[in-house]
Amino acid sequence: MSKIEKAALGEPAVAAPSDSDDAFLSVRDLRIHFNTDDGLVKSVDGVSFDVKRGRTLGIVGESGSGKSVTSLGVMGLHRSANAKVSGEVWLDGQELVGADPDDVRRLRGRKMAMIFQDPLSAMHPYYTVGQQIIEAYRVHHKVSKKEARKRAVEMLDRVGIPEPDKRVDGYPHEFSGGMRQRAMIAMALVNNPELLIADEPTTALDVTVQAQILDLIRDLQKEFGSAVIMITHDLGVVAEMADDLLVMYAGRPVERGPAESVFSEPRHPYTWGLLGSMPRLDREETDRLIPIKGAPPSLINVPSGCAFNPRCPYADIPKDNVTRTVRPELTEVGSEHWAACHMDQEQRERIWTEEIAPKL
Amino acid sequence: MSDEKAVSIPKQAGSTLTEDSAGDGEVLLRVSGLKKHFPIRKGLLQRQTGAVRAVDGIDFEVRKGETLGVVGESGCGKSTMGRLITRLLEPTGGTVEFEGRDITHLGVGQMRPMRRDVQMIFQDPYSSLNPRHTIGTIVGAPFKLQGVQPEGGVKKEVQRLLSVVGLNPEHYNRYPHEFSGGQRQRIGIARALALNPKLVVADEPVSALDVSIQAQVVNLLDDLQEELGLTYVIIAHDLSVVRHVSDRIAVMYLGKIVELADRESLYTAPMHPYTKALMSAVPIPDPKRRGVKSERILLRGDVPSPIAPPSGCRFHTRCWKATEVCRTTEPPLLELKPGQRVACHHPENFQDQQPQDTVLLSVAKEAAELVADEVLAESAETSAAVAAVAAEVSEAAEAPVAEDASEAAAAEDDAEAPASEDVTDGDNK
Amino acid sequence: MAAYIIRRVFGAVLLLLVVSAVTFAIFFLVPRLGGQTADQLATQYVGKDANPDSIAAVKQNLGLDQPIAVQYWDYIKGLVVGADYKFGPEATHCGAPCFGYSFKSHVEVWPQLTERIPVSFSLAIGAAVIWVISGVTIGVVSALRKGRPVDRIAMFIALAGVSLPIFFTGQLLNALFVYEVPIWDSIEYVPFTQNPADWAWHLILPWVSLAFLFSALYARLTRAGMLETMGEDYIRTARAKGLKETTVVTKHGLRAALTPIVTIFGMDFGTLVGTAVLTETVFSLQGIGAYAVQSIKDNDLPIVMGVTLVAAFFIVFCNLVVDLVYAAIDPRVRYS
Repeated sequence: MSKIEKAALGEPAVAAPSDSDDAFLSVRDLRIHFNTDDGLVKSVDGVSFDVKRGRTLGIVGESGSGKSVTSLGVMGLHRSANAKVSGEVWLDGQELVGADPDDVRRLRGRKMAMIFQDPLSAMHPYYTVGQQIIEAYRVHHKVSKKEARKRAVEMLDRVGIPEPDKRVDGYPHEFSGGMRQRAMIAMALVNNPELLIADEPTTALDVTVQAQILDLIRDLQKEFGSAVIMITHDLGVVAEMADDLLVMYAGRPVERGPAESVFSEPRHPYTWGLLGSMPRLDREETDRLIPIKGAPPSLINVPSGCAFNPRCPYADIPKDNVTRTVRPELTEVGSEHWAACHMDQEQRERIWTEEIAPKL
Repeated sequence: MSDEKAVSIPKQAGSTLTEDSAGDGEVLLRVSGLKKHFPIRKGLLQRQTGAVRAVDGIDFEVRKGETLGVVGESGCGKSTMGRLITRLLEPTGGTVEFEGRDITHLGVGQMRPMRRDVQMIFQDPYSSLNPRHTIGTIVGAPFKLQGVQPEGGVKKEVQRLLSVVGLNPEHYNRYPHEFSGGQRQRIGIARALALNPKLVVADEPVSALDVSIQAQVVNLLDDLQEELGLTYVIIAHDLSVVRHVSDRIAVMYLGKIVELADRESLYTAPMHPYTKALMSAVPIPDPKRRGVKSERILLRGDVPSPIAPPSGCRFHTRCWKATEVCRTTEPPLLELKPGQRVACHHPENFQDQQPQDTVLLSVAKEAAELVADEVLAESAETSAAVAAVAAEVSEAAEAPVAEDASEAAAAEDDAEAPASEDVTDGDNK
Repeated sequence: MAAYIIRRVFGAVLLLLVVSAVTFAIFFLVPRLGGQTADQLATQYVGKDANPDSIAAVKQNLGLDQPIAVQYWDYIKGLVVGADYKFGPEATHCGAPCFGYSFKSHVEVWPQLTERIPVSFSLAIGAAVIWVISGVTIGVVSALRKGRPVDRIAMFIALAGVSLPIFFTGQLLNALFVYEVPIWDSIEYVPFTQNPADWAWHLILPWVSLAFLFSALYARLTRAGMLETMGEDYIRTARAKGLKETTVVTKHGLRAALTPIVTIFGMDFGTLVGTAVLTETVFSLQGIGAYAVQSIKDNDLPIVMGVTLVAAFFIVFCNLVVDLVYAAIDPRVRYS
């Protein structure tokens, strides 16, 4: 029943932007707004990033920061009439935001695939794991059910599920949490996608299982050379996985750069706040955590100026109340390292080295 | 008590040792041999065919003013344990003593006065508050239930509590949906504090919250303990949070406590292999340490089912040190070092308890593939060091595991020294 | 799975026994408690020309002077193996399942029921097909076009459908298509075995009027179910796989959304067989619902009892089928 349509590959509608020729995925000024009864929700409001083949981008942020919405936007999964998507998403030279939805659909699951947070709710309870993987394979490959099943077993084996030829006929609820996430990964990778988006892939799992799953994703990335986007709220997970980092707050990126420099020389007070909020096993025991005051803002009423200003302890440092009136843009603070803050670079450097870093 | 298999299962706890070392600080809560089995019914007549051994014989005590952290993975029974000690569940076996009084089988009526002293904070700030009640009603409910008339009236007291947990007292008449997750958790805490409890059991108090909010709530719990002299039992799966809040920590695996130690000892020199694996699995927020797989212990597979837990040591199916004795004999929870109780035949950072038993099980060999060489080397080295010390005191056998691991140890000279120091200290007791 | 089935069947049988006991108690015990004597009950049987002899004979013959438990036992026995009655010299055999004889017409109850069950069943099944197809379709379309004009209009009609009583819509259809524009010369029951086309043709109006009510209900149910399912994570996964929207909706969305509807359908259908009184009356069909009403008017207890048991049987049976179908649809049920 699933006919393989002539794939829309290799017929890019517009030429790719020149500044990202080596990027497999290139997102430019992506905005995703939702019309709701309460008003316009600007879930994502101007996000740009690149991901190269074989590299991992970590997107970090709290709930409501727009990190998941961004990834669903890349996949073209915002199809509700209330969603307004603008900006550009270039996948391997093809623009997706303005493309025919059916062309984007043909790329989904094949060129770009996604792993979700809770594998129990993300898999259909009425179909066996095998049926679901077979379905994913047969949408994009014109093969018999038997062949597809063979492929499903092969994938289950590859992701480390014991007795794959038996488990292929099991239902999701018969799998443990870790095994289910493995099956989910098998399903996502069945078509050898070149871009893998993992949305909180280990949040619902125990630490020991999380370690297994992260290890698996890393191995598979090495094997297939795919580009990976890792969305998480856990700085530990990003540090383990990501080459580059994008920190989001209230729908916008506040800091972006190579993971090492973002961790060692963060240049945005929100990033400092995240680092100060989490107790760490690799450091001496601290007496108190340094939380960020307040709570993330409502996306209907994003604070004017810098969205972080009501929670920022340094909001009054820049002159003329600029933090509350002007929205800061990302500026380069190091090699490939960008941050959106009104404070002078030197000030931030000083605050980080003198006030923040010693307390972590 | 359920009939056990041929495998011998000793009572978990070196009871005499336990009571001695618990001397510093008055014991508020003492749990011994606590069990909770949930029956499974099957077939035509719904006969009981088995039981989920959620909690299967645990012993510990909580001292006044301290925080006991309980960690473990899902299915280890930590939440059930929390509900047993607050008597939200009826224990299948064992005893729970609160301030020296046996509360194991008190009825609802007899528990009522007890409820003032023992309070619980729940994980989900969204479902644990009745959406139809105002904050004032929710926080004031304990007064009504207990028939307590606080000085100055319920309203005034509730408003005081709200300000204690950092909420605006003016919000007395608002409904839960008007608050964010972190604020709701504060409401839950205010409710728990209403009657000046002595013991607060918090089941995953921060795991549903955003990182920045987690820190606020953790700090709040900290402050409240200091101000009100509270005693906490904090149940969580997040090892870094537990380390931050706890004075002592119990590690649970499949309904048992495998290690119970003060924070310092547990995190610097864990003795149970499971504890070690658990801690090594926590991702470290430092990209520079990435790719340094040396510290990582990957456990194979999943936690076995608590319906039919493995014989002997329950961890033996996933342990890289497991030998025959682990399969047949359950290790008792013994105080090997002051303040550190471990249930293991071949503990890390300590002298082997079953040195004669050196042949690894085949599962252990498989499991060892997933353990970084450095870890094996280190553990061999520390065991060897301890054994050497032990050999001076009494004639002890050679260190086990060393056969295949010592080569690796030779290759890696940078195996950390502090661990062995610790062990030596411990052994001199 | 086998244990599950056996348990359900066992439960169903038990339930029927309970229902029969309760109905028996209501119809035979309550009159006694209300002061009626065995004599008076026997008098009802004998009818017009009652004399003490015939009353006594009937009383003894039907066991009306026996303790209630014995009477119940005899009744159940009659259902299972049949019963023999002696009227004076001649004996009559009432074959299983024996529901006894009508007080009024003295005919055996069971043949009367078997004559009417097909009518009610035909009415129910045809209406069910129409309401399930139309209701589910409208519900799905409404859910997918939530808030748009299609949805609003459909839901308005659905509201009307739920609010308008059968005797209104039925009469209206009757008046329009039988009397004003006579597309049908009459509404009558033609046995299916005799001529399927005629059977269907002559039942269309009752089906439609009955289905109107139910499809409105089912449209609303389906819409709610679909809205919920389409928000599930696994729908997002299905889309992320690159499935076509139609596949996502039917294979992933609808299948899950239909599960609760199957449950409700089983109950509705089972109930409807015995209780489509209004439709049967409006269209003058000789179904068991109408029969029940008549027998209640006549105070003809054996028939009331028979109809009640048959109706109960259908309900219990349909629920049993639902349980089994449910297990087939949702694999999680089998294991719990």
